[in-house]
Amino acid sequence: MKIIVLAKQVPDTRNVGKDAMTEEGTINRSALSAVFNPDDMNALEQALRIKDANPDTEVSVLTMGPPRAEEIVREGMFRGADKGWLLTDRLFAGADTLATSYALATAIKKLGVPDIIIGGRQAIDGDTAQVGPQVAEKLSLPQVTYAEDVKVNGDVLTITRHIDTGVEVVEVPMPCVVTVTGSAPACRPRNARRTMAEKHCEVMQLSVNDIDGDEQQCGLSGSPTKVKAIQNIVFQAKEVKRLSADEEDIKSLITELQEKKII
Amino acid sequence: MNNIFVYCEIDGIDVSEVSFELLSKGRQLADTLGCELEAVVAGSGIKDYVERQILPFGVDVLHVFDAECLAPYTTLPHAEVLINLFRQEKPQVCLMGATVMGRDLGPRVSSALKSGLTADCTALEIGPHDDRKSGRHYENLLYQIRPAFGGNIIATIVNPDNRPQMATVRPGVMRKAEGDMSREDAKVVYHDVAEYVSPEACVVKVLKREVKKNGNNLGGAQVIVAGGFGVGSKENFEMLHTLAEMLHGEVGASRAAVDAGFCEHDRQIGQTGVTVHPKVYIACGISGQIQHIAGMQDSSIIISVNTDEEAPINAIADYVITGSVEDVLPKMMAALK
Ligand SMILES: Cc1cc2nc3c(=O)[nH]c(=O)nc-3n(C[C@H](O)[C@H](O)[C@H](O)COP(=O)(O)OP(=O)(O)OC[C@H]3O[C@@H](n4cnc5c(N)ncnc54)[C@H](O)[C@@H]3O)c2cc1C
Ligand SMILES: Cc1cc2nc3c(=O)[nH]c(=O)nc-3n(C[C@H](O)[C@H](O)[C@H](O)COP(=O)(O)OP(=O)(O)OC[C@H]3O[C@@H](n4cnc5c(N)ncnc54)[C@H](O)[C@@H]3O)c2cc1C
Repeated sequence: MKIIVLAKQVPDTRNVGKDAMTEEGTINRSALSAVFNPDDMNALEQALRIKDANPDTEVSVLTMGPPRAEEIVREGMFRGADKGWLLTDRLFAGADTLATSYALATAIKKLGVPDIIIGGRQAIDGDTAQVGPQVAEKLSLPQVTYAEDVKVNGDVLTITRHIDTGVEVVEVPMPCVVTVTGSAPACRPRNARRTMAEKHCEVMQLSVNDIDGDEQQCGLSGSPTKVKAIQNIVFQAKEVKRLSADEEDIKSLITELQEKKII
Repeated sequence: MNNIFVYCEIDGIDVSEVSFELLSKGRQLADTLGCELEAVVAGSGIKDYVERQILPFGVDVLHVFDAECLAPYTTLPHAEVLINLFRQEKPQVCLMGATVMGRDLGPRVSSALKSGLTADCTALEIGPHDDRKSGRHYENLLYQIRPAFGGNIIATIVNPDNRPQMATVRPGVMRKAEGDMSREDAKVVYHDVAEYVSPEACVVKVLKREVKKNGNNLGGAQVIVAGGFGVGSKENFEMLHTLAEMLHGEVGASRAAVDAGFCEHDRQIGQTGVTVHPKVYIACGISGQIQHIAGMQDSSIIISVNTDEEAPINAIADYVITGSVEDVLPKMMAALK
């Protein structure tokens, strides 16, 4: 069986601390480290579990990004993936989710559609959760999103999904696209032996030409959405009434709110 | 043609709250743009139930798709309904909830139509746009305003050339309109589902679905007593429940409090939880990280109870009580009695 894991390198937006903010209150992106998108780690783990249960499975990592994103492919291999590709080309730059999914789906067609394409539910920078379903549509494959557990059952997958109001178990034929949420089991750590062996391995690179892509559908020119404006969040201080924890203070606050008919 | 379409999400035969919120917003946008508001609903056994729920929001045309293959929800049949309907009707705008369902369905539909899709919007406006690259000027575009970058920025996104302009909108941020705005000449169209959905679309089978009815009404609460990690324990959280009861309100929580097991997950407020806008928000032992504030900053009055005088939440609070939860809450309850 063949599995392709979609993984993205992202700035670590979870830790936008004081040092990551400039004096004007904007984000200093260069102060944020680049990490393996968290949900994609959960996706990798599901792929590796399938490989544990079916040892003849081949797990590959596919990422699109600048040259340094090859770290993602290596990280995947340190943890148990067999190989990987970096999709990199200036023409891919500035992609929205439609152009991103076009590039990923076109590369997958070129590489051969595997039994399972598995990715994270959402990336922590763009935060859209759109790429998985769009890759599925472009390959005309069924999709299952918000997966927490993926099991192979003959030629179908049995998947537990985390939905708004509870859980759902679905069955989907392969080939298919699955996206995994952050509440799925965490990824296993690096394997020391593999880390030594693959430290300097060559990561295969693919350009628009290599995947027979249509330039018009890649990057900025293939992106219908345009960012018109970006505003950093700066909180404006309101007029604050400061109170102590004395009974008096609290009593007068409650009375004030009651008199104004607020409570 | 070129109208505003709202995809109405349903649970059984009940239209979900977020759809009412979107219909209300959709009506306003349609009035601004001088076009009609159309709604789409797909499910099984829904005819004669959904019409009276949806039409009061001022819908001009309601499209009903009723067939067994449309419930329980799976992606492909619903996607085919929208893709084929939109190819005929050519909407200028399509809105759906940024729920598990909407975020599963929206991208599939937008990919097939090669239209743009903006995720998880918290505001929608209409305005002009000048494209710097092409030098073209556009009127009446939908400004799709959304947090991104982990909630640290707000981006305004436009979709100048492709139609429909599609957006998913977070539940709880648009206000549901009150009163009956039914249109006298409203039309309901019952479509033949077989003309839209191919038999091959029904490949995903739902084997089991365990649904918990949401026990709380955070979205509509007038008073919310919310607790954070600073509350310290599940036992201390009981105090919040008592205070909320006295104020006829609901209890909410920060993610740190949920992660620590002080409170159930469905009470989490913030970017990855519920968005609320009560009249009074009492934040107890909550530091006020950006992801939490994203879900409660529109509260009319914010009261912060925190041992740290410099807690970030104090910057957006109207009243700051410097003290511990254990000390302050009993005093509040005593004052209320
Ligand atoms: C502020 C801001 C707002 C944006 N808003 C929108 C918007 O509303 N609509 C829109 O269409 N685009 C938007 N974009 C662009 C979007 O972030 C990029 O298109 C991005 O390449 C993919 O989207 P995402 O980060 O949201 O990924 P998601 O769709 O959240 O990613 C889901 C999964 O897809 C896979 N995946 C995603 N990208 C890659 C990749 N490069 N390589 C390998 N696997 C990948 C991963 O498994 C990932 O977990 C925005 C960008 C910014 C900076
Ligand atoms: C992608 C992403 C999404 C997220 N989504 C959400 C979300 O939806 N909602 C959310 O809430 N968070 C979310 N978070 C987490 C968020 O960043 C914070 O970690 C979280 O909100 C902190 O919760 P807290 O304020 O309760 O805890 P802390 O930050 O630990 O603050 C505790 C506060 O309690 C005070 N305190 C301590 N003891 C007492 C006492 N005895 N009495 C009174 N005060 C006391 C302290 O001074 C402090 O201010 C998200 C994070 C990420 C990265």
